[in-house]
Amino acid sequence: MLHKSLPLILAREFAANIATAVSVWDERGRLVYFNEPAERIVGRPYAEVGELEPAEWTKLFSVERLDGTPVLLEEMPVGIAHLEKHPAHDMLAFTDMFGRRHEVEVTAFPLLGRAEELLGVVAVYWELGVR
Amino acid sequence: MRAIVWGCRGSLAAPGPETVAFGGNTSCIQLELSDGTPVVLDAGTGIRMLGVELARLPRRPIHIVLTHLHLDHLEGLGFFVPLWEPGLEIHVWGPASPVETLEERISRYLSPPLFPVQLSEVPSKLVLHDLPDEEFTLGSARIRAEPVSHRGPTVGLRITEHGRTLAYIPDHEPYLGAGPAGVEPEWLSGYSLAEGATVLMHDAQYFEHEYPNHVGWGHSSVDHAVSFARACEVRRLVLFHHDPMHSDDQLRALETRARALWGPNGHEPTLAFEGMKLALDTEVEAHSPA
Repeated sequence: MLHKSLPLILAREFAANIATAVSVWDERGRLVYFNEPAERIVGRPYAEVGELEPAEWTKLFSVERLDGTPVLLEEMPVGIAHLEKHPAHDMLAFTDMFGRRHEVEVTAFPLLGRAEELLGVVAVYWELGVR
Repeated sequence: MRAIVWGCRGSLAAPGPETVAFGGNTSCIQLELSDGTPVVLDAGTGIRMLGVELARLPRRPIHIVLTHLHLDHLEGLGFFVPLWEPGLEIHVWGPASPVETLEERISRYLSPPLFPVQLSEVPSKLVLHDLPDEEFTLGSARIRAEPVSHRGPTVGLRITEHGRTLAYIPDHEPYLGAGPAGVEPEWLSGYSLAEGATVLMHDAQYFEHEYPNHVGWGHSSVDHAVSFARACEVRRLVLFHHDPMHSDDQLRALETRARALWGPNGHEPTLAFEGMKLALDTEVEAHSPA
């Protein structure tokens, strides 16, 4: 068992107590939590999904730009926050496992330690519409 | 290793006839290690009398480990007799801040107008250290400091010597934003510090009915302290950081409540009191204050 850092613990509690969709990622890019509002976008509750490695969570849903063009992981706000350690914002379309397309605004920001080391990433989602 | 309590009151010193049994001094623990290295945990008002005691002993470097810099853990430092002994080596360890050095932050208190003398005027040889992220050695003990849930940079400590471990987490709100039910150990603040400890000294500032008005203040209710100790499977729980508004009678009631929550198995929880001695190498003393 890998004990979580305090910033990740507090990020999860923050996410668990608000009505805005939020996901939390650890320093290795593992999806370690998403809250109930985010379940609408993912299509499944976190309790069913659990922690996921990058190769696993990318299978949960597909992501593209609003115009349907593909977007690489490193171009997504979460990827930018993780790889470049600075905040990023974008408008993307998530298609969940049931084929529903969620158009969302995403803001992701890194959690940095005092030595500027990456401790994790928090992403916040505002849903624009579902088709 | 032996731990001696010189102060266990939280937030504010609370002297007076209603607090004589458990004591009114704020956080300070003396560690007696097998190699004799003097180690002090926190510098609340309890450090004043400890300083008098240490000044009687042969001179040797003293280590003071601060869990955080709230005043109830720092306000006694200026009245620590060894601090004023010219040339005596005193090492102060404290949590790192992303923006200021430990010296800059301690100097906010040890400088006018809050204190008449500046830190730079201290005649002892003061050495300030940011607590490292990795486990480190002080004398014959291994010490690990990790951030815990409390306002501002705050750590809990895990001190191990000869296979016995003291976990010292005096200010801690492990269940902030969540009740104890269903929190997995890996998501529990302080778990890796307290896991399997011989003794856990832990914040239990509030009765359960008081906690709702203090959510987010960084402290635990008695049921949260017991739940945390249970989750960490500690051998003995010592409740710490007594509310300055709680009289001895109220604290006895809090101890009774802790024991009821703990149940019949294992060592029942006790409240820390000034003069309490915890001998971790042998049997931990469990008597109550006079």
